[in-house]
Amino acid sequence: MKFIKQLAIIFCISLIAELMEYLIPLPVAASVYGLVLMLVGLMTRLIPLEKVEGAADFLIEIMPILFIPPTVSIMTSFEVLKQLLIPITVISVVSTVLVMAVTGRVSQGIMRKSHKKSGGSQGQRKKNYRKSGGSQR
Amino acid sequence: METIREALTQSVFFGMVISLLCYQIGLAVQKKTKWTIANPLLLSVVIIIGILMVLDIDYDAYYNGAKYIQYFLTPATVSLAVPLYRQLQYIRKYPAAVFGGIASGVLMAMGSIFLMGLAFGLTHEQYVSLLPKSITTAIGIGITEKMGGMVNVTIIAICITGVLGNIAAESVCRLFRIQEPVAKGLAIGTASHALGTTKAMEMGEVEGAMSSLSIVVAGILTVITVSVFAEFI
Repeated sequence: MKFIKQLAIIFCISLIAELMEYLIPLPVAASVYGLVLMLVGLMTRLIPLEKVEGAADFLIEIMPILFIPPTVSIMTSFEVLKQLLIPITVISVVSTVLVMAVTGRVSQGIMRKSHKKSGGSQGQRKKNYRKSGGSQR
Repeated sequence: METIREALTQSVFFGMVISLLCYQIGLAVQKKTKWTIANPLLLSVVIIIGILMVLDIDYDAYYNGAKYIQYFLTPATVSLAVPLYRQLQYIRKYPAAVFGGIASGVLMAMGSIFLMGLAFGLTHEQYVSLLPKSITTAIGIGITEKMGGMVNVTIIAICITGVLGNIAAESVCRLFRIQEPVAKGLAIGTASHALGTTKAMEMGEVEGAMSSLSIVVAGILTVITVSVFAEFI
């Protein structure tokens, strides 16, 4: 019964989210409204974590299965997709590598800069580590 | 024989049973081979399409039952708030690195898709279908539907992105000298959603946590900015 209660909370948020999608004229899917609602609920403790986490973890675990039906629908448009295969592949590959590189470099740059500025224990440690690394070489 | 076939394919359990069974087969193959490309979702889809084509069964007959599985997609996406909530400590610890890194990644994704879309001469419909390709399928499908794109194109691009991110994550981090575990996780999750995150989890706990946090943050940032980029082509 505990599990049913948890599912009921999650479905209830999904329902409110679909209503929001209907009422708010923005190009945002219901699932995103629901995600934000749930996060706000958890942060304000209106929804205690232990009241939803069992069912939530279950739903996330089975998520790949939920994508099977939409992915199988590829078979209904093989002809269209065949023509687009090259642009889709090139764009996917190039942008994935670019995004990974840029995200990683930017966040690493920000972290190292703030370490240097604060001069806190972590930055200090890194400096010492670099020094010792240098002397070993 | 024909009537038995009809009775089978008209049952709503047909689509459900072959989906669940094929996923089990996919899981078993991945466990045996340990190949990234042997992803259970990809494998089960290939097997199901094969079965439907060989037996000459319509997608509609399959979807008649399989749609009940798909209905759980919205509650599952809502549930993504739970792991995000658990990882809020990381956002509080490195707010600038998390938002700065993910935001630049999201802009890079859409900027590069825009430029390559121009180069390939894509139509508006094709272009908006590719825009959400780096984010999790749950949010990506919603964006494409809302923008009037082709969901199939989005799904294929998301699959290619995820598999590539998973395979190439370590080499890309090495090549661009991304060494901080936090930065590695953010990079992998922002670029290649849940499939990349399985790799990040193998690399370490911090990498895994940052990567799964990036899935949700990058998804939401994409939802916010996509309508601006959608105007460009």
